[in-house]
Amino acid sequence: MNDLKDRQTQLQQMVADMLREAADRGASAAEAGVNFDVGLSVNVRLGEVETIEHTRDQGMGISVYFGHKKGSASTSDFKPDAIRDTVRAACNIAKFTTEDPYAGLADADRMVSEQVDLDLYHPWEIDVTEAIERGIECETAARDLDPRITNSEGATLNSHSGLQVYGNSHGFIGGYPSSNHSLSCSVIGQQGESMQRDYWYTSERNPEELESAQAVGRRAGERTLARLGARQIKTCEAPVIFQAEMAVGLLRSLTGAISGSALYRRSSFLLDHLNQPIFPEFVRIHENPLLPGGPASAPFDSEGVATAAKEFVRDGILQSYVLSSYSARKLNMESTGNAGGVRNLSIDSGELDLAGLLRQMGSGLLISELMGSGLNMVTGDYSRGAAGFWVENGEIQFPVEEITIAGNMKEMFAGLQAVATDVERRGSIRTGSWLLQPMMIAGS
Amino acid sequence: MSTTIDIARDALLLPANLQDHHLDQVMDQLLAARIDAADIYFQSSRLESWVLEDGIIKEGAYNIEQGVGVRAISGEKTGFAYTDEIELPSLLEAGKTARAIARSGGQGSIRVKSLPAGRQYYEPINPLETLTETGKVELLHRLDAEARRQDPRVIQVIASLVAAHDIVLVAGSDGNLSGDVRPLVRCNVHVIVEQEGRREQGSSGGGARQGFHFFLDQERALGYAREAVRQALVNLDAIAAPAGTMPVVLGPGWPGILLHEAIGHGLEGDFNRKGTSAFSGRIGERVATELCTVVDDGTLPGRRGSLSMDDEGTPGQNTVLIENGILKGYMHDRLNARLMGTESTGNGRRESYAHLPMPRMTNTYMLPGEDDPGEIIASVDKGLYAVNFGGGQVDITSGKFVFSASEAYLIENGRITSPVKGATLIGNGPDVLTRVSMVGNDLALDAGVGTCGKEGQSVPVGVGQPSLKVDELTVGGTN
Repeated sequence: MNDLKDRQTQLQQMVADMLREAADRGASAAEAGVNFDVGLSVNVRLGEVETIEHTRDQGMGISVYFGHKKGSASTSDFKPDAIRDTVRAACNIAKFTTEDPYAGLADADRMVSEQVDLDLYHPWEIDVTEAIERGIECETAARDLDPRITNSEGATLNSHSGLQVYGNSHGFIGGYPSSNHSLSCSVIGQQGESMQRDYWYTSERNPEELESAQAVGRRAGERTLARLGARQIKTCEAPVIFQAEMAVGLLRSLTGAISGSALYRRSSFLLDHLNQPIFPEFVRIHENPLLPGGPASAPFDSEGVATAAKEFVRDGILQSYVLSSYSARKLNMESTGNAGGVRNLSIDSGELDLAGLLRQMGSGLLISELMGSGLNMVTGDYSRGAAGFWVENGEIQFPVEEITIAGNMKEMFAGLQAVATDVERRGSIRTGSWLLQPMMIAGS
Repeated sequence: MSTTIDIARDALLLPANLQDHHLDQVMDQLLAARIDAADIYFQSSRLESWVLEDGIIKEGAYNIEQGVGVRAISGEKTGFAYTDEIELPSLLEAGKTARAIARSGGQGSIRVKSLPAGRQYYEPINPLETLTETGKVELLHRLDAEARRQDPRVIQVIASLVAAHDIVLVAGSDGNLSGDVRPLVRCNVHVIVEQEGRREQGSSGGGARQGFHFFLDQERALGYAREAVRQALVNLDAIAAPAGTMPVVLGPGWPGILLHEAIGHGLEGDFNRKGTSAFSGRIGERVATELCTVVDDGTLPGRRGSLSMDDEGTPGQNTVLIENGILKGYMHDRLNARLMGTESTGNGRRESYAHLPMPRMTNTYMLPGEDDPGEIIASVDKGLYAVNFGGGQVDITSGKFVFSASEAYLIENGRITSPVKGATLIGNGPDVLTRVSMVGNDLALDAGVGTCGKEGQSVPVGVGQPSLKVDELTVGGTN
């Protein structure tokens, strides 16, 4: 722990040195970031350890501005010579880029002034032996669940601690340590000739909050078993539920469509929709970057701009875009403190749990897996491979695979019927399951 | 001209003043544990990228990455550690950590020796230096102008150039020291077009293990700009794609992503050693019609997926995966080959020194057949003709795979008619090639833009195929 604190002082000094080096080379402004991460990754399979990886990653990057001409460079080599070479490379590149009136640092008055502790750092003094034991316990719980679990891709325990430091020539410099720990398990079930695989994982800043190894293993096993006997259904149009983990992807697409870079390039299906309804009236979508211990919490964005809680959608109406200082200038707006993306985005849930949502749907498709990247961001046209369960009268009937679902994301958003209370909390986007209006399902 | 191994030694060992006896020392330390194999992987990468947008050179970036990874293998167990400090103390430390996977009490002593280079499928050049900065910037401006010149409906052009210079040196516990110098260049053009409020996009690009002259030869890169605009304009007129199972004709070249997803991943050695692939235990069985012969070929000169040697020092090879419809072999790295009692096929690849090697594809393609492409189209009453694709994905266990068409047309009564919107196609890997009823005589390889992701590691790959007809495939449209 002391080790990382010492390291923070050292990395801040490196950032300061890089910024000075840039100034010495004539840059009118500069910004630099350094990250450092150490970790352990242990994978066990069929009751035996398979890989032990000791990870240690570091990188630093700098962007320099000569007026409005920008150049960037980065390195994983922290020796003083390499750092000087990196700054020099960035300055050299800036000789060849074009004057861009929108390029530059975020405004000085937007820098975070007081950095609160967001409770992101909980190092885990786990040794290799204990990590192996946890992994085996996890995988065993999955394999012992049912004789139809016939094979395994194993269980993996990851533990990482790291530091991020950012500074710029406004005189801003900030940094903080953080940690992330996870345990995952993936097993294979067999029924007749066909095999199915599924997984589960738990991921937390604080290792004490991880789900138990047994719980993760059992959940992985149950999910695999539920898929056995999956079949195609006939091509049809039917209502669909995106299970919470899949609904995360819909919100991710939303943030992509309202991000400044997609908007100024006129390559978003939500172009010119600010202050317009894009969801039904009950929908509220907001972010909380300062959530203590949150998976994506950060006191400042990747340009040093103070982050703050805000609403993106209220009463179904788009309230704000997702902007960095650059895209904000291009759109003649203000940065929303979202350089580097949204942090702890969530959508308010309704009153139904998933079972209630299934009853509300009656008959249709519950989607538990999506494949491929079939979204056209410019038009919103959506077509992806899917697997899940066929539902009748609110009850799951059988697992489904080798189908696609298709529609247009703008219409999918506008047709959102309800959001369940089964909130997925492990990543930077939180949501319950979504019930949508009928979509085209292609099958046999 | 220096040989590849000399270039690699000069770039990786010389700056740290590392001699062969230092490598012996690290190797002997590893062999003090009871291990079956070990390797030390040195790497130095330089990457440069330039982006044009809104008609100006908006971004340029230069990235330096270097380090060394040490791996020790005992049975099915692997210990791995890496460091970005190429220095003896860091190497010894990493070695000590890696060998902890095995019990102590091993013995062995190795004197590493440099292997003479085998056949080389690309020149050991630094592609970053094959064109001046001014030349790179000019090329991007020409691409912008060429795209905008095509049609007034073009409202946005994003063009990029990337060059990577990758130098690797692998010392194995067999005592062999081998090196490779891998140039890689890539160029992309992405356009947005707008007509009466409707907007669409198109993109095109290419690349190779060559210098930037690859893009200047016969104005090849200008062709990317024209192609991106053509695709975007086609999509402006696209109607809803059909939904359901139907005959699908795939065009030549990049649609070979079908083979990569449906067949390729399922034939990687690690999945088959573990029995987790839908193709596990099926060598010698029929998995395709006899029209189909599929290879993974790392020996194509200058190709994006080619490798003179893989990341374990095994020479690049041409491996037959499926011959006349019969499954012939898997793709192996050394670990999985040893555990399955066979030899590496030169498919042991890793994203960098900070990642473990695993079996990965190089250039995967189907050999040409005898059918005339026009006759293939003419044989379809009602179906889909798909010529360009975005990405794909596969679940190797269930065998289900997808790939997403970005340019496709209806086939009606044997003729290509309306363009349709992008749609995802889904199928079952072990079945799909058993439904191939016609294979064209028009084999083409892709333009050199493929990147394959597996377990979080990205590597450059190639694909290719002739036109082919799949009698039944599920098309994910809305109509």
